Amino acid sequence: LFAGGAAGAAAVIAGAAHFAHADPGLVLTARIVAAIGAVVSPVLLVSDLGRPQRFLYMLRVFKPQSTMSVGAWTLVVFTFATFAALALATPIGRALTGSTALTAAADILGIFTGLVLATYTGVLLGATAIPVWAANASYLPLHFAASSLGAAAGMIELAGRADTALHRIGLAAALMETVALAVMEIDWRGGHQTLPSGVGRQMIRFGHLFTGLLALVLRLATARWPAARALAGVAAIGGSLVNRMGWMASGRASALQDRSQ
Amino acid sequence: LWKAVRGGQPSWDFSSDVCKHCEHAGCLEACPTGAIVRTEFGGVFIQPDICNGCGYCVVSCPFGVVDRRPDDGRAFKCTFCYDRQKVGLAPACATACPTQSIQFGDLEELRAQAARRAATLHARGMDDVIVYDPRESSVGGIHAIFLVRGRLDDFGLPANPVMPTTLLARAWTSAGLAAIVLLGVVVFAF
Repeated sequence: LFAGGAAGAAAVIAGAAHFAHADPGLVLTARIVAAIGAVVSPVLLVSDLGRPQRFLYMLRVFKPQSTMSVGAWTLVVFTFATFAALALATPIGRALTGSTALTAAADILGIFTGLVLATYTGVLLGATAIPVWAANASYLPLHFAASSLGAAAGMIELAGRADTALHRIGLAAALMETVALAVMEIDWRGGHQTLPSGVGRQMIRFGHLFTGLLALVLRLATARWPAARALAGVAAIGGSLVNRMGWMASGRASALQDRSQ
Repeated sequence: LWKAVRGGQPSWDFSSDVCKHCEHAGCLEACPTGAIVRTEFGGVFIQPDICNGCGYCVVSCPFGVVDRRPDDGRAFKCTFCYDRQKVGLAPACATACPTQSIQFGDLEELRAQAARRAATLHARGMDDVIVYDPRESSVGGIHAIFLVRGRLDDFGLPANPVMPTTLLARAWTSAGLAAIVLLGVVVFAF
């Protein structure tokens, strides 16, 4: 969930940077981050399933009503698009094709599938019978998109880029996560939505504090203290990971609670 | 198996936690491989050779029936004895039950029988007897109906089971909005 979302957001950044004629170094770094995620995600999925052959079974059919099917297909197209963009931009790729139209097409495909990857996980969890996920069905995609974006910006920065655009993206993502945590806390206090207390809830809170408020403060402190920028990236990545694990733990707890009533 | 207290006396309630074989099945819709199919007998069947163990049906079942095998991770549940029904036999549970608490037959006949039985029990003073047959919910009816005493919650039966695909529209709308915001932020940053 985490690797795919961050990779998706990284591909969106790479594509946008390419079309905005940003520094070629930034485009390359973002593409590499996206491509690494595009390899790690299927590997993680295969290790979940047990055997590589089982991943192919995901592609037996395409079912729009199955979010798992939509995700698997998107991941395949995404992996293809990110590697195509990377390969076409090399000197050999450019010499072979002789034009930039194909690279642009790969980037557009990367942007589109990247947007789906960064958001569909919210649907994947939301549209289930697990009470806590279902109760947050309309909130999860927005929240996952924001934390993926923050993590992606952080990863590209930690890979050695210091572009202002990345800083702005990180700032916006941290701001969205801060607002999201505030909205959630109000919602939980009002008792409108169910979130079982316990480890999962605390992990979601902590993760949110890192991706939201902490990242935001560190980003704002960057003007005076440059090292804060790298720390903000680490906070966004780590918080995002803890957050996802928290949602999984909450889901398990909420299913058990439901069964033992 | 559930514990209950009636009239100050502890009592044991038993219920078979079988697959309900929903008319609109959450597991079947959620399955990305097409391993879960509707059989000619109206049951919902997981083809074990197609299932790839993703586990998405487990979280998509409104009744918490489907589970994964601990050894290889594939999903398993009650098959409605598809193999037995194919050769004209009744499901094994209904055949084996010594008290005929589990009955197999035509759904309409069973519904009428359940209503008659509930009326008889009500007349005997067991006024907490309920027929569980949620036809008005988004699962659109089930192929296993239950006669239970007391609260549905005590048996782990949801009063209003929700088919997870009914949440898809809301979740995808939110995902679309999230994608627009994400793209907007990135484009605006450059």
